[in-house]
Amino acid sequence: MKIHEYQAKQLLRDAGVAVPRNIVAKTPEEAAKAYEELGGKIAVVKAQIHAGGRGKGTVKDNADQRGVQLVKSADEAKAVAAALLGKELVTIQTGPEGKLVSQVLVEEGCDIARELYMGIVLDRAAAKPVLMMSSEGGTEIEEVAAHSPELILKEHFDPSRGPDAFQVRKLCKKLGIEGATIKSAYKFIQGLCKVYVDTDCSLLEINPLVITGSGDMIALDCKMNFDTNGLFRHPKIVELRDLSEEEPAEVKAADTGLSYVKLEGNIGCLVNGAGLAMATMDIIKLHGGEPSNFLDVGGGANVDQVTEAFRILLADKNVKAVLVNIFGGIMRCTTIATAVVEAYKSVGFNVPLVVRLEGTEVEQGRKILSESGIPIIIGDGLTDAAKKVVASVA
Amino acid sequence: MSILINKDTKVICQGITGRVGGFHTKGCLEYGTKMVGGVTPGKGGQQVEGLPVWDTVEEAVAATGCEATMIFVPPAGTADAILEALDAKIKVIIAITEGVPVLDMVPVYEKVRASDSVLIGPNCPGVITPEECKIGIMPGYIHKKGPVGVMSRSGTLTYEAVWQLTSLGLGQSTCVGLGGDPIVGTSFIDLLKMFQADGATEAIMMMGEIGGTAEEEAAEFIKANVDKPVAAFIAGRTAPPGKRMGHAGAIISGGKGTADEKFAALRAAGVEIAESPADMGTALKRAIEKK
Repeated sequence: MKIHEYQAKQLLRDAGVAVPRNIVAKTPEEAAKAYEELGGKIAVVKAQIHAGGRGKGTVKDNADQRGVQLVKSADEAKAVAAALLGKELVTIQTGPEGKLVSQVLVEEGCDIARELYMGIVLDRAAAKPVLMMSSEGGTEIEEVAAHSPELILKEHFDPSRGPDAFQVRKLCKKLGIEGATIKSAYKFIQGLCKVYVDTDCSLLEINPLVITGSGDMIALDCKMNFDTNGLFRHPKIVELRDLSEEEPAEVKAADTGLSYVKLEGNIGCLVNGAGLAMATMDIIKLHGGEPSNFLDVGGGANVDQVTEAFRILLADKNVKAVLVNIFGGIMRCTTIATAVVEAYKSVGFNVPLVVRLEGTEVEQGRKILSESGIPIIIGDGLTDAAKKVVASVA
Repeated sequence: MSILINKDTKVICQGITGRVGGFHTKGCLEYGTKMVGGVTPGKGGQQVEGLPVWDTVEEAVAATGCEATMIFVPPAGTADAILEALDAKIKVIIAITEGVPVLDMVPVYEKVRASDSVLIGPNCPGVITPEECKIGIMPGYIHKKGPVGVMSRSGTLTYEAVWQLTSLGLGQSTCVGLGGDPIVGTSFIDLLKMFQADGATEAIMMMGEIGGTAEEEAAEFIKANVDKPVAAFIAGRTAPPGKRMGHAGAIISGGKGTADEKFAALRAAGVEIAESPADMGTALKRAIEKK
């Protein structure tokens, strides 16, 4: 789960980590007022959307307006907010359609002496969280990782104690951080690691992390993603979820216990199990087709779930055919066949449907499909099913 | 022979009084697994499927001498259940539970790796030595005793592979679902060591997925240490980059983790590649014929 920058910064502030003073605005008037409240000097107006690259991103149909802009007066703050609010911001991460800006963050400007990068993620190979820092702050960190990985410094830490003081000293030494700033670094870095652990983050990124003219560390931007498995113990963070930022079909799917990811192709697929679902997408592509989605109905799909899955697939206007691939283990093929027939009838299917069943009670399952009176194309094995569904959209 | 479990392995179920735990305990009993009891705190003295229930794993071990456990407790209690099994010195701990917070697994992993016990999972289908012992949720009947060791990061894709192998007359020594979570107790390399040392295993089938570098590491290991034929499939060749893999994960792995890179690493290690998921069984057959 993702949250907005202003929400992430509030979590940091609550934990004693330095962030600039800021105020959220939903109208241009509020933005002007926020500017005045911050003290009326230099401020930054930042579009709040769940996507990175806002600084370089531009408003759709207005290539002159970027997602982050410096302002020097209340009028200017108002004008920039007016140019952003209610518009779609297109960045490298949003896709060409962009994302609607419904609020902006007005933040006091700060005296930047240096910009660094800092990120905390889980290192799967080490089975531990890792703190990453780099002198290359403010830039695309993916580029740094690809071209000069040696510029990304890494320190693993034990979640129950956070990084040790010597680890902070090592990082400071390599980054050329000296004097009183080292003291600020202990508090800042250890504070962030504590937030990462205490809130079950999957990613906490500060880019840029600024060292001010007076030598203090401050988080100029903040991106926080959370481990969905850990959300049950953080009801306050769940409240921060902004459903308008998420793909509506994916939200609907998750509510029904389905795992769905929308893609660009025209062949819908419904599969049980994540690995088999990915493999099904692969085999569609191998035979010249393009999957329109990833959809895992889980281990024990019932009629309601299959019906909802069909509705989600057919709501995508690009979908020209659907492939159902079920390996019935604990779930019997007869159960899934009955669910497919009932769901087919209730959603008003209007594109070809290919079904491949394998596993427990497969013969009876196929019989239910062929005797149902609905035009289901039966796939005999994975390859045959993939070929048939690709042929049906050709 | 086989790896991890066999016909003599005595098994308990942690979370046996739950709906899912009870259901799969019954399934394992029907398959012929030597289930000897279960554990649910506060439910000691009850019976499930005719098996005794204890309050603690320590009591269950003292009473039955069990060597393996199948964990079905809810996600919030899974790390604790694994640690309890570890404390009671159970040798094979199989955690089926899906949805465990990943940070809970950091200290658990460290403790498991420093012990003599093996943890499979969490978020896995379990382990089966066909016609001897099934610990988990897989459909037993698709398996057949034979010479192929199977290991995978996903559930239904494993069933698909096993089904293809059985249909080709290639039975299995032991099939292991490692689990789909970022931190799981056992890696491909751990299992490659076991399969390489196991007299009953003559060939190895592996199914990987995009993300992380476990398959690349397995490829390196195979090249240096495995002389048995190996075939592999990697799911997710068509998954768009960035959609499911967080970009910070890609930073850690230094740009590694795509299906094509994994296939290339495995091919370079002499592994026979299944280009299509329909070709997993035949790829293993080719691997055996080539050696």
